[in-house]
This record gives sequence, structure tokens and C-alpha cells, in this order.
Amino acid sequence: MAQSVAKPVEHLELGEREDIELNSLGMWVYLASEIMFFGVLFTAYIVYRHAYPQVFAEASKFLDTRIGSINTLLLLSSSFTVALGVNATQRGERRLSLMLLAITVILGLGFLGLKFLEYSHEIENNLFPGGSFNYPGTNPDQAKLFFSLYFVMTGMHALHMVVGIAFVSTVGFLTWQQWITPQRYAPVELAALFWHFVDIVWIFIFPLLYLVA
Amino acid sequence: MEPEIIPRSRYVFVYIGLVVLLAATIFASTFDLGVFNTAIAVTIAVAKALLVALFFMHIWGSTQLTRIFAVMGIFWLALLIGLTLTDYLTRLGGG
Amino acid sequence: MSSIALERYRRNYLNISYTARSWLLTTDHKRIAILYMISVTLFFVLGGIAAMMFRLELLTPETNLVRPETYNKLFTIHGIIMVWFFLIPSIPSILGNFLIPLMIGARDLAFPRLNLASWYIFMLGGLFTFIAVITGGVDTGWTFYTPYSSIYSNSAVVAAIVGVFVTGFSSIFTGLNFIITIHKKRAPGMTWSRLPLFVWAHYATSLILVLATPVLAITLGLIALERVFGIGIFDPTRGGDPVLFEHLFWFYSHPAVYIMILPGMGVVTEIISTFSRRRIFGYTFVAAASLAIAVIGFLVWGHHMFVAGESAYAGAVFSGLSFLVAIPSAVKVFNWTATMYKGDISFDTPMLYALGFIWLFTIGGLTGLFVASLAIDVHVHDTYFVVAHFHYIMVGSAVMAYLGGIHYWWPKISGRMYPEGWGKTAALLIFMGFNLTFFPQFILGYLGMPRRYATYPPEFQVLNVMSTAGASILAAGYILPLLYLLWSLVNGPLASDNPWKASGLEWQTSSPPPPENFGKIPQVTFEAYTFPVEQN
Repeated sequence: MAQSVAKPVEHLELGEREDIELNSLGMWVYLASEIMFFGVLFTAYIVYRHAYPQVFAEASKFLDTRIGSINTLLLLSSSFTVALGVNATQRGERRLSLMLLAITVILGLGFLGLKFLEYSHEIENNLFPGGSFNYPGTNPDQAKLFFSLYFVMTGMHALHMVVGIAFVSTVGFLTWQQWITPQRYAPVELAALFWHFVDIVWIFIFPLLYLVA
Repeated sequence: MEPEIIPRSRYVFVYIGLVVLLAATIFASTFDLGVFNTAIAVTIAVAKALLVALFFMHIWGSTQLTRIFAVMGIFWLALLIGLTLTDYLTRLGGG
Repeated sequence: MSSIALERYRRNYLNISYTARSWLLTTDHKRIAILYMISVTLFFVLGGIAAMMFRLELLTPETNLVRPETYNKLFTIHGIIMVWFFLIPSIPSILGNFLIPLMIGARDLAFPRLNLASWYIFMLGGLFTFIAVITGGVDTGWTFYTPYSSIYSNSAVVAAIVGVFVTGFSSIFTGLNFIITIHKKRAPGMTWSRLPLFVWAHYATSLILVLATPVLAITLGLIALERVFGIGIFDPTRGGDPVLFEHLFWFYSHPAVYIMILPGMGVVTEIISTFSRRRIFGYTFVAAASLAIAVIGFLVWGHHMFVAGESAYAGAVFSGLSFLVAIPSAVKVFNWTATMYKGDISFDTPMLYALGFIWLFTIGGLTGLFVASLAIDVHVHDTYFVVAHFHYIMVGSAVMAYLGGIHYWWPKISGRMYPEGWGKTAALLIFMGFNLTFFPQFILGYLGMPRRYATYPPEFQVLNVMSTAGASILAAGYILPLLYLLWSLVNGPLASDNPWKASGLEWQTSSPPPPENFGKIPQVTFEAYTFPVEQN
């Protein structure tokens, strides 16, 4: 090795390949953090469902299982398209990748649209546990706990969907700009990992909230 | 260490599996099986999550370190839930 | 002589550019560490002023300086600032940030831009907390217990919570950055068994930062949601359980104590080895003890809730698990002692701080066993005994270690030596002032004086006066380093690259280091703590 000339720095000794592994490891550690973030809500859910099983079963009937199921299908499909998108990027098929990322975003927006529709029905029916909460079933007090958990869990999830959509749109833009190449696609990989994680959270939210009865 | 490029067919199979499991969980929820309702729903959810994590997120074929990090969060969540339940499952008079 | 003159103009991370932009947009971990140092010091002063005010109030049994409501706000803001804006970021974000890449032979952290973002997020959180203070303050205590915080308190709870929530992300990103850096950025030959124990301690700390902080964030977030939207997860009138809040809160906040103390242990390990001129005794055990403390620290949170209504069974389980933490902690203390045994010890300022640390940590740790015992805790819970106990750990130990570390690495950070005489004076003042402040509180607590009240029965006055007197000495002890370290920036003698003849990689680069840390990435061929070190 020749005598060192000090250069300013990032990844001086690292190839791009290492870079992708480094970045995805970082994302995995962040996702561990995210698991704990949602984990608190699941813990609260378990504690209260254990305390009031009948109330939870009854309250769950007021959720729209049809929209919930369609939304699950949308999210599973979007995970599929984003995974294929990464795959296409690796193969250097830029147009295909761009299309798949766009479909992913559209599916995500579809999910949010349906979620919005669902929320507005629920708020109309006074199921939002704020001031005008008016639950027609028995035990309205404890049902309020169920709806509190429902709105917080799905709300946090929806927020993550918004972040995910922004993330995937950004890497879509970078792909379009040809910044992303088969040698440099870490952002696509990270966006996909995040997207899949948000999908997995929903995979658990769906049966635990919608299918209790 | 070039990551191998996975054939597209694998993603298609996984996707079909996910949709079938979704249909199964909705179908199962139409029957009243008592305590098994939740058990079945959670088992199917775990299966779906595993499919996504292993194949879409490439845990299958990833480095040891990635796997450790992936399991880390789940392990700590188990600590949180488990030790919280040592309280709630042993309270006199329930609740 | 000319070499020293040259030294002055040698290109380093400080003199490479002087513009505000070059500081505010830097991705150099060393400069970010300095940004943290400035902001964390400001927070420390704020939190300290609050403490001084309520200590003055406690001079007399009646309230005559501030109203009881103001008193509540003072101890709350003291707690919030000291925990989240001083103790948690102090050693990791300043010393860890500065040193980890230097110690492992890297040019920077794994994600330099994320590191800068962490600082901005930290400052944003600080801004919200500051808003909470100026818009009426918060009176819930730093623990934000429900239902008081969620239903009854009229103070700026939401702003304070947003502050803590936002700052949490700074912690998570810093922890993430350290973990990946330590895994992936080590120089060739820097194996895990050659890592300085400071780095091991930070690895363990980072695990806690990443895995515990989100729990706090969402739990406090739930309180904010309850206040803003009426989404009452912990509302007892709806069948909710405020004890669940305590479970979730302490799942973070107990490990948070180890976020404060583990990096301190790392600092002390480095100092003791260097000033005893010996390889640290039982390297493997000290490294493993860091990880053990981090993991076991997650299993003990219920000992904060013995009298809060958790089940007797859970109380017994958590009490038993709590005693386990004593084992790795004791392993560390014994290994430090064994390192000093037959060592060639010199009592420079950092070493004084390290010795003070061991003393105070031992007292804090042993009284921890008292409060971990179910039966004794029922007697001392929520008394000054607990206050004294955790201040021995969080102030006595953690701040001693922080100051010890600042002195030890000051030559590397600033390129200047601090005045040794003043350094020793301040270290002794802090040690004496600290003990005078907090030892009487053990007695007060044991006699039954509850914490968080502005008034107390007259028979407790003597001990309270002692405590306040100690706090004044302590304050003087903290102000001194602030003054002479600033003074030394201009007037201190230039530091050599390795003034302590220490063994770590950070001493093999120049003082202060060049922006890229090392001209050429070092090839590590020696074990950690190899003495004597040849000067080159």
C-alpha cells in the first residue's frame, strides 16, 4: 500500500456490496426497535383482552371485516410487488422495477383510502372513544378500551403506511432518475424491508382486532 | 459476496401461499371453535409473517447477523409480554 | 521545540474550517460529539438550577421560597432534563460518539448523516421540553404516572411528552449507529476480544437504547393521546389499569439506568487500566458483565412497583431477578480492584474520578439490594432513601464517570491539557459535596421522610440543611471544571498525542485527531491494554 493521503472519508475502504449489507443491517436493528414500539400496543391488547374477553368479542363485531379483509389482501399484494421490485432492480430491469414500485404505492394508497372510509363510518357511528363515544352494545366503558386500542393500533399502522409510501415513492423517483443501479440499490432494499415490516404488523392486527368474534 | 438473484417464481409461490392463508383465516373465523378461534387465527398470522420475513425480506439465505437482529426484537417483546403477564395472570380477583 | 510549534498548525478536525455551516452540517463524529457536549452542558446547567432552587426551599420545614405547585414543577423539570437531556446522552453521545470510531480504528460511524440527524432530533426534543417549561411547566414528576398525568394535571404534559418522545428517536438512532459501527467498521485485526471495554460497554448500552426506548416513546404517546383525544388506554374509570402504565414505563426506565451507568463503567475501566499501567484483570468477564447487565436489566422493572398493586407473585419474581444484577456489577468492581492490585498507580484527576466512581457506585449498588428486597422496600418506597440510592448511581457514579472521561480524553478532544491542580481540587470537592448532599438523605428516608413534598416535619431540618449545604459544594465542584476547561482551550499547554501513555488506538493518532481520524487505517496486532506502551 502506498503512503496514505488523507482523504475525506465515507466508505473509503468499502465496496458497494458491503454498503448494501451495512444498510440493511441498520434497517434490521431499526425494525427490532419498531417491534418493541408496536409490541407495547400488543401487550396492552393482551392484558385487556385477558381481562374482558366477552367485551372484546362483542365490540369486534362493530368493525367492518369486509374492508379489513380487502385491506389485508391489498397489503399482501403490495408486499409481493415491492419484493419483485427489488428483484427487478437487482436484475437491472429499470422499467419493470419502476412499474412495480408504482403499483406498490398505488396499493398502499388504496389501503389508506379504504381505511379512511372505514374510520369515517366508525366516527359517524360514534365509535371513536373521544367525547361523543356512544356504544350500542353492553359494557360501553370496557368496549371503549377496545376501540381505544383499535384506533391507536390501526392509527400507528396507518402512520407507518404514510412513511412507507413516501419511502417507496422516493426510491421510485431515484430509480426513474437512474440514481439507482444494480450496483447501488440499498435504498430500494431498505424501503422494501420497511414496507414488509409494516405489512407484518397488519398481518397480526387484522385477526386480533377484526376476527375476535 | 454477490447476493444471488432469486427466481421470480419463488415470489409468486409465496404470494399464493399468503393469499391462501388469508382465505383460511377468514374462513376459520366464520366458525365458533371456542378457545381455538384465537389459536388458529394467531397460528395463521405467524405463518404469514414467517413467509413474508423469510422470503420477501430474505431472512432465508441471509447472514447470521441479520438473523440475530431479526430475532432480537421478537425475543425482547416476549420478555415484555411474559413478565407483564407474571403480574396479570397472578392477580387475585382477576383484572 | 519547533515540532511543538508545528503541532499547533497541524491540520485537525477543529481547525479544518471555522464556519458555522461547517459545524452545523458536519458529519464528522468528532464534531457532532462537540455539538452534543455544548448542548448537553446547557441542559445540565438548567437541570442543576432547578435542583438548587428546590434544595434551597428544603432548607426550612415550611414553604417560604416557592409555592408547593412550583416546587412540584421544579423537581419534575429537574428529573426530565437530567434523565433525558443529560444522563442518557452524556457519555454515549459525547464520549461514545467521539471515541468509538477512534478506538476501533474507523474513519467514522457507520451512518454519519444519521448521526447528525440524531443531534438535530435531540435538539428538537429539547425545544419541546423548553416550551413545556415556559408554558407553565409540568408537575407530574419525571415518571408521568397515570391517571394524574393523563386526567388531572393542568400543566404542559403534552409538550413535555412530545419532547421526550422526539428525543427517544435520537437515542434509538445513536444506538443503532453504534451497533452497526461496532459490528462492521472495526479495523483489520481489531477482533471482538481486542475491543476496548469502553466499546463493549457501549455495545451493551446501544442494545438497551434500541430495544427499550421505543417502549417509552409509545407509552408516553398514549398519555398524550388520552389528553388530546380522550383515547383512554389507562383510564381506570373505563376498566383500564394505571399499573399497566407503570409496567410499560419501567420496562424502559429501569434499563435506562443501565444506559446511564454502563458507559460510565466503560470509561472507568479505561481510566483504571491506564493509571494502574496494567491490563484490565479478567477482560472477558468485564465484557460479558456489560452484556449481562444489559440483558438482566430488562428483567427487573417490577421492583419499582412493589407497592403499586402488582401481584405478590410478580413482586417475588421481580425481587429475585433484581438481585441477579448485583452479580455482574460486583464482577466489575472486583475486576477494577484486582487491576489496581500491584499496579503502578498514579493519582491524576481522571483516576480520582474513577476511584470516586467505585466508592459511590458501591454504596449505590449495595443500597440497591435494600430496595430490591420486597419487605424493606415497603418501608422505604417513595422516601428519600430511594432518592439517595438512585442519585448515588445516576449522579454519584454516572456524573463522576462522565467528568473523569472528559478529563481523561480532554487532551485528545481539545489538543490541550487542563490544569491538574484545579482538576484535583474539583474532583475532591465534587466527591465531598456529593456525599454531604445525599448521604443524609439515606437517613432521612429511613426515618420516613417521603420524597416530592415541599414541606417536612421540623425534626428533619438538620439533615436537610446538611444536604443543601452539600449541594452548594457540589455546585461549586461542577462549575469549576466548566471554567478551567474553557480556560484551557486557549491557555492550556499543548497536549502530546499520548499524554497518559495509554494503550488504546485513539492515542495513536494526533491530538486533536485529523478529520479522517487516521492517515492510514491501522492494522491491529496487539491485545487491548498492552503495557508498557512505547512512545513513538
